Amino acid sequence: MLKQAIMNGLNTLVLAAASDGGLGGAIKDLLNRASVPQIFVPLMAIGLIVALLTYRVWTKPKIAGLLGLGFIGFYLWSATDENFFKIIVKPDNVPITIMLTAMAIVTWVAFRQAAINDRRIERGEPLIESGADDKVLVWPDLVYTEMICLVLCTIALVVWAILLKAPLEPAANPTNIPNPSKAPWYFLGLQELLVYFDPWIAGVLLPGFIILGLVALPYIDKNPRGNGYYTFSQRKMVIWVFMFGWIILWVALIVLGTFLRGPNWNIFGPYETWDAHRPAALLNVNVSDLFWVVLPEKTGLWNPGLPKEPMWGLPTWLVREGPGLMVLGAYFFILPVVLAKSVCAKLYKDLGLIRYAVFWLLMSWMILVPIKMVLRWLFNLKYFVAITEYFFNI
Amino acid sequence: MSVFGNIGNYIRESQIWGSVFRHGIPRDRRTRAMAVLSNVFLHLHPVAVRKSGIRLSFTWCMGGLTFFLFLAETITGVLLMFYYRPVVEYAYNDIIQLRAHVTLGLLREIHRWGAHAMVIAIWLHMLRVFLTGSYKPPREFNWGVGVILLKLTLLLSFTGYLLPWDQLAIWAITVGSNMARATPVLGHEGPGAAAMMIGDVPLIHAGSDARFLLLAGTSVGPGALLRFYVLHCIFIPLVVLVLIAVHFWRIRKDGGISGPL
Repeated sequence: MLKQAIMNGLNTLVLAAASDGGLGGAIKDLLNRASVPQIFVPLMAIGLIVALLTYRVWTKPKIAGLLGLGFIGFYLWSATDENFFKIIVKPDNVPITIMLTAMAIVTWVAFRQAAINDRRIERGEPLIESGADDKVLVWPDLVYTEMICLVLCTIALVVWAILLKAPLEPAANPTNIPNPSKAPWYFLGLQELLVYFDPWIAGVLLPGFIILGLVALPYIDKNPRGNGYYTFSQRKMVIWVFMFGWIILWVALIVLGTFLRGPNWNIFGPYETWDAHRPAALLNVNVSDLFWVVLPEKTGLWNPGLPKEPMWGLPTWLVREGPGLMVLGAYFFILPVVLAKSVCAKLYKDLGLIRYAVFWLLMSWMILVPIKMVLRWLFNLKYFVAITEYFFNI
Repeated sequence: MSVFGNIGNYIRESQIWGSVFRHGIPRDRRTRAMAVLSNVFLHLHPVAVRKSGIRLSFTWCMGGLTFFLFLAETITGVLLMFYYRPVVEYAYNDIIQLRAHVTLGLLREIHRWGAHAMVIAIWLHMLRVFLTGSYKPPREFNWGVGVILLKLTLLLSFTGYLLPWDQLAIWAITVGSNMARATPVLGHEGPGAAAMMIGDVPLIHAGSDARFLLLAGTSVGPGALLRFYVLHCIFIPLVVLVLIAVHFWRIRKDGGISGPL
């Protein structure tokens, strides 16, 4: 599927370059096509993996400068496109541009120092942060830094307020539902998850687990190294997990939700017009359909059809969802045990039973998000378990 | 000595000045230490800090900026409360009037963009604390307090989103608060709610579930506006203030800005 998309993209690139739109049109077309989640999210993930693997390269100032200039150039060129411009200047979308820029800068600053520290650790030299353990007085050193930050922040805020009016739409009208209806931008990652999960998971369980997981982090991460200084090599695993959650499952989904989701929650490329009449055709299947209908149709082992009445003394829903429940049960309860005995044996020994159990509870849910996304893209999977009678759909 | 110097000396030697500032101009170690110690706001800081800890490239000043933005939001928020009534009939019109007639009409802009900036600043603060491993012992508890503050910041922003009472506001809050109706056990469309029965009478229904508690109704209406207003202006800021105090206190008690052990 990905291969086909790439071939399609290359085809259009060649075709469009030869036609009216020229190269610019071809690039826009390619990026429009790459905006569907099944390409956008994996591209982001690949980008993150490459970035973390090559952090010693792009943290060099010259390379970072080139990348930065390239991105600014690309952004400004994109802004000449009517549709792209319309989206980024929506008042409540402006903070997202600011956040992405700020995030790029501080992430670079952090990984720059991590790269320097990691090299110094390899050579046995002192860290950036050590060697200067001589104390300075808060007055004037810190107080003045704080004041300069405060003044600059005030200026920035006032300039922002002068340049951009706070949005005010027509008065609230409970009978006129806008299409699309979007939550505030910082919650759009969660709203995007509604495509894949029911509200009780996307809106309640997962946010709860994010908070729980963050609070639990210091108690689960028992690695004593990397306390109080920038480093990547000494804390590889925890930084991989955290950056995946932060960049892909939070920030990338916010970008997807704000910039690329249009009417009827359809995907629109950054250079496409939001057309409210584009049809959305999606036929999703559950694990129960796959097991009770598709599998027997293919193999002829039993009569195709979802169970309609109780069997073996079990209620209908339990029989129907049995296969899905077993899959999830194995995923949540058996997989961690198997891992503890094999790949994660050392981790299990370091953490102990309770920490390990909490760690896998949180990890299982975090990993379930990309798993479900991929299964949706590949097989149109809707639910592992669909006990709609009790609103229990996973 | 110039005239201004004379006046300056006269002021600094007066009883009023001496009663406010217990120390001389902070020019030497002793008076500089006194400047921090004898000021209730400055003494949030220790007297001396590690030089590498306060580098801008280490802290990005994001924690400080989050706090500053909280103060800016409080000040502009209090001023906005003079012009705004959380009643469906008035709310939208009050915002229109504010835009049209109030001098220095930047209040609402600063408040709104400050809110977005605060969300960004607190995220980046968390990123910094994570990447420097500063949540590790002895700072585990303070990291937890910070996570709660992050969540409360999002809730502050979310509750404030409803107040202009325009289309953007009610539909964003409708999308957000619809999640509450799917809360396990406590939402009427959440798993487990059907088990909450006394005989044949369901305990959890559209008129008694978590969303009803949040909105004071089954949809975003007058009750929700008042509830969000009180949460936004009184309840959450008070909790945030208490937690900020704990957060700052614990920074000191846990050994100040983190650094290599």
